[in-house]
Amino acid sequence: MRVILSIAKTHLLAKPKQSLVAMLGVTFGIGMFVAMVSLMSGLNNFTEELTMTSSPDIHIYKDISEPQVAIIEQLNPEGVNFVHHPKPKNESQKIRNAFQIAELIRQDPDVLGAAPQLSSQVFYNFGPIQLNGNIAGVDILEEDKLFDLSSKMKGGEIAGLLTTTNGLIMGSGLAKTLSLSVGDNVTVTTPDGVTISLKVVGIFQMGLGEIDNIRSYANISTVQKILGKDQAYITDINVKLIDLYQAKAKAVQIQSIFGYKAEDWETANATFLAGAVIRNIMTYSVSITLLIVAGFGIYNILNMTIFSKMKDIAILKATGFAAKDVTGIFMTQSLVIGLVGSVLGLILGFVLSYLLSLAPFDGGDVIAIDALPVSFDPLYYVIGIVFGVFTTAVAGYMPSRKAGHVDPIEIIRGI
Amino acid sequence: MKEIILETKGINKYFHEPQTFQVLNDINLKVFKGEFLSLVGKSGCGKSTLMYLLSTMDTDYKGVLEISGENLTGKRADYLAGFRNRHIGFVFQFHFLLPEFTALQNVMIPALKLRKYPESQIRKRAMEKLEMLGIADQSNKMSSKLSGGQQQRVAIARALINDPALIMGDEPTGNLDSTNSAIVFDIFRKLTRDFGQTIIAVTHDDDFAANSDRIIEMSDGKIVG
Repeated sequence: MRVILSIAKTHLLAKPKQSLVAMLGVTFGIGMFVAMVSLMSGLNNFTEELTMTSSPDIHIYKDISEPQVAIIEQLNPEGVNFVHHPKPKNESQKIRNAFQIAELIRQDPDVLGAAPQLSSQVFYNFGPIQLNGNIAGVDILEEDKLFDLSSKMKGGEIAGLLTTTNGLIMGSGLAKTLSLSVGDNVTVTTPDGVTISLKVVGIFQMGLGEIDNIRSYANISTVQKILGKDQAYITDINVKLIDLYQAKAKAVQIQSIFGYKAEDWETANATFLAGAVIRNIMTYSVSITLLIVAGFGIYNILNMTIFSKMKDIAILKATGFAAKDVTGIFMTQSLVIGLVGSVLGLILGFVLSYLLSLAPFDGGDVIAIDALPVSFDPLYYVIGIVFGVFTTAVAGYMPSRKAGHVDPIEIIRGI
Repeated sequence: MKEIILETKGINKYFHEPQTFQVLNDINLKVFKGEFLSLVGKSGCGKSTLMYLLSTMDTDYKGVLEISGENLTGKRADYLAGFRNRHIGFVFQFHFLLPEFTALQNVMIPALKLRKYPESQIRKRAMEKLEMLGIADQSNKMSSKLSGGQQQRVAIARALINDPALIMGDEPTGNLDSTNSAIVFDIFRKLTRDFGQTIIAVTHDDDFAANSDRIIEMSDGKIVG
């Protein structure tokens, strides 16, 4: 149907300004869509990555807040029992046989690593001021395997922990507040009132304020010592999987085997994931609105074109063009507008995304970035062009169909 | 015995707006091959309505229409469009060329739609038609830049491009001065005489009608002579 294409082309070129305006509508819509989606998913990916690198895929701990069955319920299951505001008894948070459990988990082929640790709330003494924070006793080499700690060191070495008995690797935000640098000593007070002096052998920066501002790492034995616990005292096991999306199923499995609470990252970061979903909904709804506006533009312009081409349509139909041919002529025009507009939109979107990725951005204390994170995933460009062409096809179809059903006699005789 | 190219049997047509009104009343008509026919009558007598009905563009009627022995009543609109493309050429009072195209392109479009010949040959044939009508020198001008008489001749060339058996004109000279009217008439004469094509033209022009082969006069939706 080359004649249809050539008529469509002539119509488009006969009014270049009008065609260009219609095209720019689509271009702008798609461009903004690509730029917004790229930025939003860039941010989402960035924060997700941060959370992922600093939190385990599965976190195993003893959950003492789980509701406990009162003894009277066990003794008298048939009766009506009243137990008013029960409280947990003084129960140790210790995971029994933690090292053996970690070893067993490591043998699973889906598991990248399992690191036992114990953590405690502590106060960091800064002159007369006490700063709240926590300290994690870890096997530093295993921790490095899981969270790639050595790449996040801002000063000192992780190996410093192995050679120093009372060593400490401190979060960068905390170190800054306490005005400490590598080699300095800091006094730490535990909730039980024990005070101990530790030496800063390294400073790390995860990039997330909620970690960098409160956490320190020390050897397991050091933390056991300041808490006054035995050498088997472990409160947490952190597990990293090869495929992090298996975490949910794996956590259930681990919990049923070992009887300790196993929490997967999706549950632990539910608020963050909900935020990502809401951001995506906003991005797509704004983009779709832009495209609908562009679609109305195309609808209007095509309607106007068809109105001004009534005589031409009549003559085409009189000389043997069927309704579908006439519809084809105008449909081709809207698809060309849509396709060219979308491709230009992708280019615009890429340029905008690129400029955004260069824009300096200070994440402050919350996240450590110096420019906006932007995703350049080709998928968004594919979605963009499909959206663009689809919208113009829908917007163009109605006026094109109408053009196909113009009655030539009415036009020819109406003159 | 002359060959019948177009025949109608008992055609009736009604307009329903604003109220029901019979525009065509029992039209029985035979048109022979090579005939130059004029359709005359006062305004509102139904002659244009009849012509558009014969042209297959109007399908809202009762009765039977046959062209070249083929019954066209009740056929689908898309089929009729293809039929017009092959068998019927149109010349209108207001030339109706596509303004964004050159004269040559206007002539070529119905043939490009038909695709009976490759494009190079269509171009050659279109030039021949324009030459026959004496406007080959205007072939590359935009059709909107041509004078009225030239436009009408381009329109005739377009009507002829697919060698239709039937050419229909709705006041083909209605908008032309006497010189150009004479030219158009001579072309029509030549087409029927030399090429055996059939022409049915609605006209108000008495000279035009008087010089044609047969005059059909209509009054109040009936053929009266």
